[in-house]
Amino acid sequence: MASIRLAVPDTARPDEVIEIKALIQHDMESGFRRGSRGEVIPRDIITRFECRYAGNTVFAADFQPAIAANPILTFYLRATVSGPIAFEWTDQNGNQWSDQASIEVT
Amino acid sequence: MIRVASVAVCLGLIGCQPGTNALAPAELPGSEIRSGYTFLTPDTQALQDDAFGNPGLLWVDRGADLFQSVAESETACAACHTDGLSGVAATYPKTDPQSGLLLNLEGRINQCRTEHQGLTPLAYESEALLALTAYIANQSHGQPSQVEITGPAVAAYEKGRDYFLTRRGQFNLSCQQCHTENWGKQLRGDTISQGHGNGFPAYRLEWQSLGSLQRRLRDCDTGVRAEPLPFGDETYIALELYLSARSQGLELESPAVRR
Repeated sequence: MASIRLAVPDTARPDEVIEIKALIQHDMESGFRRGSRGEVIPRDIITRFECRYAGNTVFAADFQPAIAANPILTFYLRATVSGPIAFEWTDQNGNQWSDQASIEVT
Repeated sequence: MIRVASVAVCLGLIGCQPGTNALAPAELPGSEIRSGYTFLTPDTQALQDDAFGNPGLLWVDRGADLFQSVAESETACAACHTDGLSGVAATYPKTDPQSGLLLNLEGRINQCRTEHQGLTPLAYESEALLALTAYIANQSHGQPSQVEITGPAVAAYEKGRDYFLTRRGQFNLSCQQCHTENWGKQLRGDTISQGHGNGFPAYRLEWQSLGSLQRRLRDCDTGVRAEPLPFGDETYIALELYLSARSQGLELESPAVRR
């Protein structure tokens, strides 16, 4: 169960460019570290992030082992229609976490 | 023979040092008390100040959910603590009037769980205990630390102070030597802070996670190559009390971001 924090404005004017922030709690274990007994700590990372809005994938990112723990993303969208903005993270094993926020365009 | 004699003289001198009680240990003057925040780089300060992006807030959010949750027990924390717990964390560690034991915030949460909620105590550094501690500590954000060190707390205060002043480990260093006598100087690539606990539980970049003050104390003990005490140890709770009293009046910052 991962904590997720989203920053999405409640309202926007048509065609306004809005700032979106998405933060998720995840260890992002790189696979390069060793434990106190010298054993390799296995890699455990999120590999894909997608943001969907108005039926389209409007932003996506592939994550690599060098991304720090608890990754935060900031990106921009053009507000066109009122409705949900959906966020989804997928890890290397196919586990998924998702959340959504809604925006009103007036 | 001369060499032997000089060694003996040296040993004699070293042997004398702990006995020189006439020299009282240096105290941190109230006007010089500085939060660990002031030793951070501007980037790290900005991360702590970011009301959205401070990663410690992930645990605060989770703690807020757990506080309302009735999933495990019939009684949620919020059922009793209807007005929240603003200012409470600033008064901990505190002596429990019933048992007479000194409790830190973690201990108080676990006492509530076992006595009022019919639940098992949470382990130190478990996600749930960190989350609840962070949520409660965050409600005292910006409030000055005000712990009680008179009456039943005197013995614990003295015990914590003694731990702070005692040299330990293979490096033979006391907390005092770094954090009172040499703060502001460089230690490897880092500036030595005054060692206040006002930001804990804090998100440490080194940990890439939130952690309790006791985790930080264990790191310090390990740093001077001493055997760290177990989590929840009475002496560490006493040390927490001494640290809070030492930073009396300093504003709480949890969840702070620290190196």
